[in-house]
This record gives sequence, C-alpha cells and structure tokens, in this order.
Amino acid sequence: MRCAIIGSGNIGTDLMIKMLRSEVLELVALVGIDPQSDGLARARSLGVQGPHEGPQWVLDHASEIDMIFDATSAYVHVRHYKQYAEAGIVAVDLTPAARGPKVIAAVNLEEHLNSPNINMVTCGGQATTPMVYAVRRAIETLPYAEMVSTIASKSAGPGTRQNIDEFTKTTSQALREIGGAETSKAIIVLNPAEPPIMMRNTVFAALPEGSDHSAVIESIYAMEKTVQSYVPGYHLKNRPVIEAGPFKTPGGDVPHRAVVLLEVEGAGDYLPAYAGNLDIMTAAAMKVGEAVAASRVSEARL
Amino acid sequence: MTTIDYRLIDSTLRDGSHAISHQYYAEDVIRIVKGLDAAGVQVIEIAHGDGLGGSSFNYGFSAVPEKELIAAACDVTDQAKIACLLLPGIGIVDDLREVGALGVKVARIATHCTEADISEQHIKAAKELGMEAIGFLMMAHMNSPEGLVEQALLMQSYGADTLYIADSAGAMTTEDVRRRVNALVSALEIPVGVHAHNNLSMAVANSIAAYEEGAVNLDGTSAGLGAGAGNCPTEILAAVSTKYGINTGVDPLKLMDLAEEIVRPMMPRQQVIDRAGLILGYAGVYGSFLLHSQRAAERYGVSQAEILLELGRRKVVGGQEDMIIDVALELARKHAEQEV
Repeated sequence: MRCAIIGSGNIGTDLMIKMLRSEVLELVALVGIDPQSDGLARARSLGVQGPHEGPQWVLDHASEIDMIFDATSAYVHVRHYKQYAEAGIVAVDLTPAARGPKVIAAVNLEEHLNSPNINMVTCGGQATTPMVYAVRRAIETLPYAEMVSTIASKSAGPGTRQNIDEFTKTTSQALREIGGAETSKAIIVLNPAEPPIMMRNTVFAALPEGSDHSAVIESIYAMEKTVQSYVPGYHLKNRPVIEAGPFKTPGGDVPHRAVVLLEVEGAGDYLPAYAGNLDIMTAAAMKVGEAVAASRVSEARL
Repeated sequence: MTTIDYRLIDSTLRDGSHAISHQYYAEDVIRIVKGLDAAGVQVIEIAHGDGLGGSSFNYGFSAVPEKELIAAACDVTDQAKIACLLLPGIGIVDDLREVGALGVKVARIATHCTEADISEQHIKAAKELGMEAIGFLMMAHMNSPEGLVEQALLMQSYGADTLYIADSAGAMTTEDVRRRVNALVSALEIPVGVHAHNNLSMAVANSIAAYEEGAVNLDGTSAGLGAGAGNCPTEILAAVSTKYGINTGVDPLKLMDLAEEIVRPMMPRQQVIDRAGLILGYAGVYGSFLLHSQRAAERYGVSQAEILLELGRRKVVGGQEDMIIDVALELARKHAEQEV
C-alpha cells in the first residue's frame, strides 16, 4: 500500500526509517510543516519526498495515497481526520486523539482492520496494556489497573508535552477497554537525567481474593514474549511480584497487587536506544499498517 | 490594615498528607482549616500529597476522596483562600474544573524543575477558571539559577501569577536558595515563592533567606508535617519572622496551639531528622519517597538507606515511586547472589 507519514518530528522520522525496510508498505512521503526540520532533511537524504505543506499536501495528493500515519499531535489529527476518511485514505493515528477504535498490537491487532481510522493509543499504552490484559486473562475480574510511564525528557517532543492530559486519559481508557480492567489510572513522568534513562513502565494490577497468583505470573511472562516478537527491546526489568496489601482501590478493596516492572530499549532507528517510547509506538504502528495491508490484499483476492 | 511582607501558604493538608499516608478525614480537615484560618494564614492548600488525582497504587490511596475534603475546607474557611496542587501527568484539567466549582481559588501547577513546558494546558485552564495560577518548579536543587529562570519564564509566559521553587528533596543550603531566588526575582515580572523542606535542618533558615532575597511567598506546614523529614514548620516560621521584624499577618501563638493541640496528636510519628530523612537531603532524593522506601525495605529485606542512595544515583525525580520497588528487588537479588 502507498503510505504517507504526516509529522516530521521524532515519531514520524523514526517510523520512516522502519517503513523503508517494509516489503508491504511503500512510503510516498514524509510530510512536515517546517522546511528546515531535521526529519524532512533526513527524508530527502533517503530519497523520500519531504513536502512541508502539512495535512493539506496529503489531501491534494489523495489519489496517490492509500494510508496515512499521523504523527502530528492530537489537535491536528482532530482537525483533519474526517477529511482523510472522505478522501478514502485509511488513517493510522499515532497521536492520542482517539477518534478511531484503539488498537494495541499485542492484544487486538485483528479487531479493527477495516476501520477507516485506527488509534494507536500512546507509547505508554502500547507498553502497558498488554500486561494489564495478561493479568486480566489469568483471573476472573480485574477491579483496577494502573500504569506509570517514565520517559527521558529528550525523547518527549512538543506534541507529547502539549498533549499530556490526552496521554493520561487515552492510556487510562485503553487499560479498561482493551486491557480489561474495570477501573484504571495512567501516570506519566518525564526524567531529564543525563545520560538519558531508558523508557520505564510499571503496571500495578489489583488482585481480588482467590486469584491464582502463579497463573498471573505465568501469563505475564508469556506476554513479554508476545510483545518482544515486534519490539525486541521490550523486557521485564525485574521478576514480576505479588505484594500483600490490603489496598483500597477505586475498583474495591483487594488483598494483593501484581507489580510488573518493564523497560523498553529502543532499536535506535532515529533517536538513540533510550527512546524506547518512540520505538514501541512506531513498531506497533508498523505492525498495524502491515496487518491492514494484508487484509486489503486478501479482500482483493476474494 | 497593615500590609504584610510575605504571604504564607500552608500545606499541612497537602504536603502533610504524605506523612500520614494520605489518611485524612473530613473532621481533621475542618479542625485544621479552622485553626489556620483563625490564625490569619492567607492560603491553605489541600489535595492528595502528589496533587489532584494522586490517589493511586504508586503514591498511596487516599482514605477519603480529596474532592470531599476540599469541599469541606471551602465550607469552613472564612478569610483564607483554598488552594490545590496539580502535577501534569498525574492530574488533569478536568480536576481543576471540579475543584474550581467547589470554591478553590488558587491552583499550583507543579512540574520537575526542567519540564515547565508540560504545564501550559493547566496554567491556562486555571486562569480561564478565574483562579490564581502558581507555577511550581520542584526539585529545584537539580537545576541552576539560570536554568530555573528559563523554566520560570515559560510558566510566566503561560500566564502564571506567581512562581515558586520547591526544595522537594530538602537538599539546598542557604546559599543555594539565595542564588536561585535572587536570579528569579531579577528576571521575572511576577512574585516569587519558596517551598522548603527540613531534611538538612535548613527549612526555616532557607525560608528567611529567600525572603531576604525578595521572595514574597513562603510555605509551611503545621508541626512540619510533610514529606521526608518534614516541611518548614508554619508556627516556627511565623515566630522567627516576628523576631526578625517581618510582618506576616498571622498569629504565631495561635499557630503554636494548632500544631500542639490538633496536628501533633494526629501524627503517627513526629517529624524528626533521622537517618533516612537526612539521607534524602544528603543524596537529593524526593521527600515523599521516605515512607514508600521504608515499606519496600521491610518487604524485601534490604536497607532503606541503600535504596535511597541508589535512587539518588539514578537521578530519579518526583513521581517515580515505582522505582523504589525496582531498586529494592535489584538489591535483594544482588544480596542473594553474594550469599551463593
């Protein structure tokens, strides 16, 4: 499929480098708004068109583009998502705008492949929702789940910074809608340490009376492998632990909690390895884009 | 009415919440607010210790939803304004809207001292809601005077009415405070404030030094109740200010009564500078890690001091309480390997 990436910041540029390796997705252009941006210069040096006319460029070239990957900001996506759909362009949305159904690559990849707009939640959501789901599938109900994401200041671009409320709200929703928690909370922290820290994510899950703790731990280890299949730098930093409470959660009082301490080491495609937050987002978007392409191919054959 | 030399913001019901693991009840809030209000304290801050929305596994669940406590405080205050704290990334604009409707007049928007640009949404929202917006740069020992000025100017440009620096780790010397406040007062158009902690036994001295450099807002908590070894004790700050001839507009004796008769009896432990508290200041670690690291040390059979020192080495910032478990597990693993 013919693709364009909109947004030439950290995420868009990293995604470009991954897409150039794809056998399924053909990158037509990296579209920005600043002709001087590092991302557009990088695109041109790699032989990719780098127009700076923003979303309008895509709409003007709608007949040449089947799918866009939006790496701008939630505000920009909200302003243009209907136009992409009207132009018949599938939109994979990497902002937390959450206009289309949410997809977490390790959990519900196949669910929304026909949707004109697919939302990739947030980097923290891609990292933690799989673990919430992993706990949920091992017990009967998950009354409450929480995630804390800490990213290096250097890897948080202006989009993330201006969208910080959207980040927490969209991530928290994903923990419920896709992770399967009854109630949830998401927290993001920026850490400016030098050298920059690797992206860290922690999942806390409320375990009701009678939960099978060994099944929970086993399910967490299995999910680590699933996510690693498309994000090789994703791993448990320490063994998952079950801590005794009691804990007075918004979903009710529980005797135990599971604590899952994750680290995401980036592949170093654009920003260095500390920027695992970029990597997990762009790797998940590639996985979704390729799945959409595969489903269109199989439809065409029918 | 005489004009006051600085404005006192009391945070017993916000920062103090850390020291009681966020177990405030409405009757506690009502007694403390009445006491502070009667003593003439100008602003009273109430929220979970980690700000609006802080109730969580990571920071500890509140016994009573903070908005119920805030509503109770707004009901009983006579002259004092009620303030809240919000950390972008933990709390959201919707929280500000809700507490604005309850009668909160001042919103302190807090970020790590290098990350002011995540506060734009929230400072602007506070202003739109008709609140006074205070930009609040935490862990100020981790940034230079020039670096803080740069961050403070961002908050001023978003519309902040006042700019605070917080010595969240209680790690600053008097000289550290003087240089920072001096730089901020010279560079900003808006008033400056300082929030001090007592891990190095410097809180009152640092607050007075901040005033001498031009800070016109100072923070305290009753009996020093707060994160780490505690905050600048409001009643001591008021008493010392009087000795210096600084007009605070508050009654030190009434604040002493409040601390002695109402706050101390409800404290699970008095605020002393024990080894762990001192290490926080010495290693420059966020004060609210104190009780969390104590629990992790007990749970995993490792030393609390070792946990805190390692957190200092990792340069963790406020909000990263999950790293306490991470460090405790790693220390436990290392010890186990050494024994084999």
